[in-house]
Amino acid sequence: MAERRFSVAGLPGFATIALGVFVCLYLPIVTLVVYSFNGGPSIAVWQGFSLHWYTEAWGNRAVQDATLRSLIVAAWASAIATTLATMAALGTTRRAAFRGQTFIYVMINQPLMVPEIVTAVALLIFFASIKVATGYQGLGYLVAAHSAFCIPFAYLPIRARLEGMDMTLETAAADLYATPWQTFRHVTLPLLAPGIAAGAMLAFVISLDDVIITEFVKSGGQDTLPTYMLGQLRRAVTPEVNAISTALLALTVLLLTAFFLLTRKRN
Amino acid sequence: MSRPEDTLRRRSDRNGWLLSAPALALLVFAASGPLMIVLVYSFLEKGQYGNVIWEFSLDGWVGILFSRDIFDGTLNLADAHMTIFWRSVKLSLLTTLITFTLGFPTAWFIATRPPAQRALWLFLMTIPFWTNLLIRTFAIGEILRTEGLINTALLKTGLIAAPIQMLYNEGAVLVGMAYVYLPLMVLPLFAAIERFDMRLLEAAYDLYASRMQVLRHVILPIVKPGIVAGSILVFVPSLGAYVTPRILGGGKNMMIGNFIELQFGQGRNWPLGAALSMTLLVIVTVALLFYVRAINRSGSGGGSHG
Repeated sequence: MAERRFSVAGLPGFATIALGVFVCLYLPIVTLVVYSFNGGPSIAVWQGFSLHWYTEAWGNRAVQDATLRSLIVAAWASAIATTLATMAALGTTRRAAFRGQTFIYVMINQPLMVPEIVTAVALLIFFASIKVATGYQGLGYLVAAHSAFCIPFAYLPIRARLEGMDMTLETAAADLYATPWQTFRHVTLPLLAPGIAAGAMLAFVISLDDVIITEFVKSGGQDTLPTYMLGQLRRAVTPEVNAISTALLALTVLLLTAFFLLTRKRN
Repeated sequence: MSRPEDTLRRRSDRNGWLLSAPALALLVFAASGPLMIVLVYSFLEKGQYGNVIWEFSLDGWVGILFSRDIFDGTLNLADAHMTIFWRSVKLSLLTTLITFTLGFPTAWFIATRPPAQRALWLFLMTIPFWTNLLIRTFAIGEILRTEGLINTALLKTGLIAAPIQMLYNEGAVLVGMAYVYLPLMVLPLFAAIERFDMRLLEAAYDLYASRMQVLRHVILPIVKPGIVAGSILVFVPSLGAYVTPRILGGGKNMMIGNFIELQFGQGRNWPLGAALSMTLLVIVTVALLFYVRAINRSGSGGGSHG
């Protein structure tokens, strides 16, 4: 544009700051990704393209175990959290406000409010005594902890979807002598499916990313990918960690893109 | 109200509870319930090798502020603890301030883009928001490292002769926290600015307001709920930060989160760790209540501003 018009919404310097912020936000992430393909062991000197660190990470037994464990825990946690959150969302939306509804909201959103380190410590104490009492050391503790803090993340998109649906179709189904279960199975559930899928993906990503609670709850030899990385950071850093991070990053971006497409369809 | 309606209503309420019950049960088992145990543990005697002895004691709570002299048993103000608390509060406030200073122009920029571009800019802000905090902390750490990008670039250009030690100090923790929590500030600010009626600006400029006056007396008061929301969303996790100070601060620059972990690890003082956790929880709850009050107040009084 040749002439400079006075723009009411423009504030001097704001665009420059904003662009600077975006550059600073992405520079470290892009650097991390780029150097995961570095031929040499440096994280700052480029020595040619190579997939060396990916094969290195992939061949590492500890990384394989941690990846598998992360995926197992995230799949279970996401499935459990989404099921419970769907039920809770059905119970708390589209009906007259009832006594205790606020209490249910607060309870469901509680993991978002309590600092993670506090929950981690609480679970450490609680699960340690269960471990002593029962002798069970398995992945169940991680699954239970992850399922719990994933509930609000699964609940929010499902509830949002439900609130956008009116009762017309369900009422019609009931008028046509459908049982409540048939109505739910053939009317409500298909309509709700995108919300459930979005909630499940969010829960999966949140579980996959968790560091603090996992670090405190895991028994010996139960590293997930994030806690494995946290342990590695104490040693000399090689692009192997970059490669693992990049893979995890790619998975997150993939799931999030799917999430956005699913939630956008609604509008 | 007639009787059948009453019955229906009661059944609906009961279903609401029944459907929510499994989720609540799991949350009580693996989130809220254990918090009660932490409260109980904070009032117990510490065990010699970690864990607790089941005897009532206030040592955990006293230990937050005081340390007992080994020789004569007198209580002294624990300077080391004070340093950690002060560092946590200071770094959290500074993080909030920095993210606001940078985040407000950014949110404004996104909100004033043409609608077609806006979604893209917003998506660019959302990706880091959902990206693993550990990965982002690690990414910024790699940049700051002695063998990292900044030092390598400065050495190559000859501006410095030896690498600068940028990691493992309070500055690194601050930069890291501002970096990882920035999207938490920008997103609520954006939500508030997007609803802002730009015609108010025209009115203000027509009435000969300067840029500064417009910002100070028109924009900031109206987007205040977004400012409060963003500040709380940044301040609360900053105060409980664990990963970022651990990676970027090294062992010497602990914050409350790391201090709590220490009590359950090498410190072997579970009651103190439990008392510290409860203290952190109370501070966070107070901050959240303050937030709810601020939102309610501006929500009801918002109309009179316009």
